[in-house]
Amino acid sequence: MIFDSEHETLPREALEGLQLRRLQAVVERVYHLVPFYRRRLDEVGVKPEHIRTLADLELLPFTTKQDIRDNYPFGMFAAPMEQIVRLHASSGTTGKPTPVGYTQRDLDTWAELIARTLTAGGVHRGDIVHIAYGYGLFTGGLGFHYGAERLGAAVIPVSGGQTRRQIMLIQDFGPNVICCTPSFALYLAEVGQEMGVDFKETKLRVGFFGAEPWSEAMRTEIESRLYLDALDIYGLSEIIGPGVGVECLEAKSGLHLWEDHFLPEIIDPATLERLPAGETGELVITTLTKEAFPLLRYRTRDVTSLTYNPCKCGRTLARMSRIQGRSDDMLIIRGVNVFPSQIESVLMDVPGVAPHYQLIVEREGHLDTLEVRVEVDEAVFSDEVKGLQTLAQRIERRIKDYLTVSVKVKLVEPRTIPRSEGKAQRVIDRRGQ
Amino acid sequence: MKVEQISVFLENKAGRLAEVTRVLGEAGVNIRALSLADTTDFGILRLIVDKYDTAREVLKSKGFTVGKTEVVAIEVPDRPGGLASVLATLAQAGINVEYMYAFVQHSGKNAVIIFRFDNLDDAISILQKEGIHIYRGEEVYKL
Repeated sequence: MIFDSEHETLPREALEGLQLRRLQAVVERVYHLVPFYRRRLDEVGVKPEHIRTLADLELLPFTTKQDIRDNYPFGMFAAPMEQIVRLHASSGTTGKPTPVGYTQRDLDTWAELIARTLTAGGVHRGDIVHIAYGYGLFTGGLGFHYGAERLGAAVIPVSGGQTRRQIMLIQDFGPNVICCTPSFALYLAEVGQEMGVDFKETKLRVGFFGAEPWSEAMRTEIESRLYLDALDIYGLSEIIGPGVGVECLEAKSGLHLWEDHFLPEIIDPATLERLPAGETGELVITTLTKEAFPLLRYRTRDVTSLTYNPCKCGRTLARMSRIQGRSDDMLIIRGVNVFPSQIESVLMDVPGVAPHYQLIVEREGHLDTLEVRVEVDEAVFSDEVKGLQTLAQRIERRIKDYLTVSVKVKLVEPRTIPRSEGKAQRVIDRRGQ
Repeated sequence: MKVEQISVFLENKAGRLAEVTRVLGEAGVNIRALSLADTTDFGILRLIVDKYDTAREVLKSKGFTVGKTEVVAIEVPDRPGGLASVLATLAQAGINVEYMYAFVQHSGKNAVIIFRFDNLDDAISILQKEGIHIYRGEEVYKL
């Protein structure tokens, strides 16, 4: 099923015409309204009128998360606060969150794109949608919420947590659709099994899973345990939140990107050269229609590839492969973005703790666990067990306060964290094993 | 009246305790008393040795995290109720025992118990007032 058949099935030529007009408008907009972009474009000698074809995109400079951070909190906004009606934020890399803003038209676009997303999975008016993404600053919950309402579906805004209660609601309210992280979907299956729930008896039909990396093996498991079709979604708060792309129910083969709003490119993260279709590299997105927070050539750091081959669902939009990894050191723990530098800054704030640490990421059952190994030196050592346990708990609490993710702190002997070339190997991710 | 105790941080993995004792043995340090506090993740080894400075130096040079704590060595009558009476005295005075362990002794009628108090000086004056024998550091290292 297609929500907006005019835009989702545009012939490539017409789509590119639309993209070019919108690209020209957004460059014009940021050049005049965002001092940061004015400076950047002046530096490379590019004026809005230089954008004559889509290929001229290459003239534009990239935008990185660091640029957003440098303009904290609202320096990159292209609309005055009088026109902004919503703020969201994702976790930043050094303690400050990365805020994003929306005008009313941005929110309308967002709801429209989520309505497209849900429709690609066969959701329609009359369906009940169980939204277990977190509500709040995180874009997941509210993003899906307004999109489902736009579609005319009935929303259960359950948000995260309270797993047993959620299963009760799934049994009693009978949602047909569920939106959550893939690991939470598997956790629901597990807890449901303990409770003696047969998911075949529930009305769940399709699920929209994202906000963390997952695999085809996980899809198979989710589908066989929850008795639904599991679709991969893509989004990031800097671009809009969820609603950047989704797999269609017909093919489940690559995520259709809403190219009339987001112009995708794949680059080699080392050389920054553009790569041809089919090649794997870092996804770069230019927002074409956003008013409050437009971004030119934003480096997502997500590694994937694009195909422009037609899809059997009838959409003409490019498809992106499942995200294959990151081109930086960001970890995603139970849906929360975690940079090793964030953990480091928390540790540095604990008096006496040495900046030697190691992060061990594992998957226990279906939930990610993060162990933070901290070396104990004389400054923090105590000959009493409770002294050291208090230290570990204090660090755990600080990380939880700061990153909203629960970790286990393990105290280790000095010099036991391996150093290579004078620099410690900070992260060991065993989830893929 | 105070005894210097050396404490060592140990991860819970095979061979760490053996390594500490090997390092001390090779440096000619004799262990007079020890206790090991263990948790699921780590252990704290507490030692009274004959040569404190040497022990500290060699352990540090081997990369161990080493701490110093002052403790009290008390002579306790080696008979039923001997320890109980000492502890009752401390309890009445409101002195909290953080931890304690017994000393290895070859002969003699009395046992030596090592105590760690939250308030060391108060504990010492109360014990002295009650006529309980407290060993001096040098005595303990040579016992």
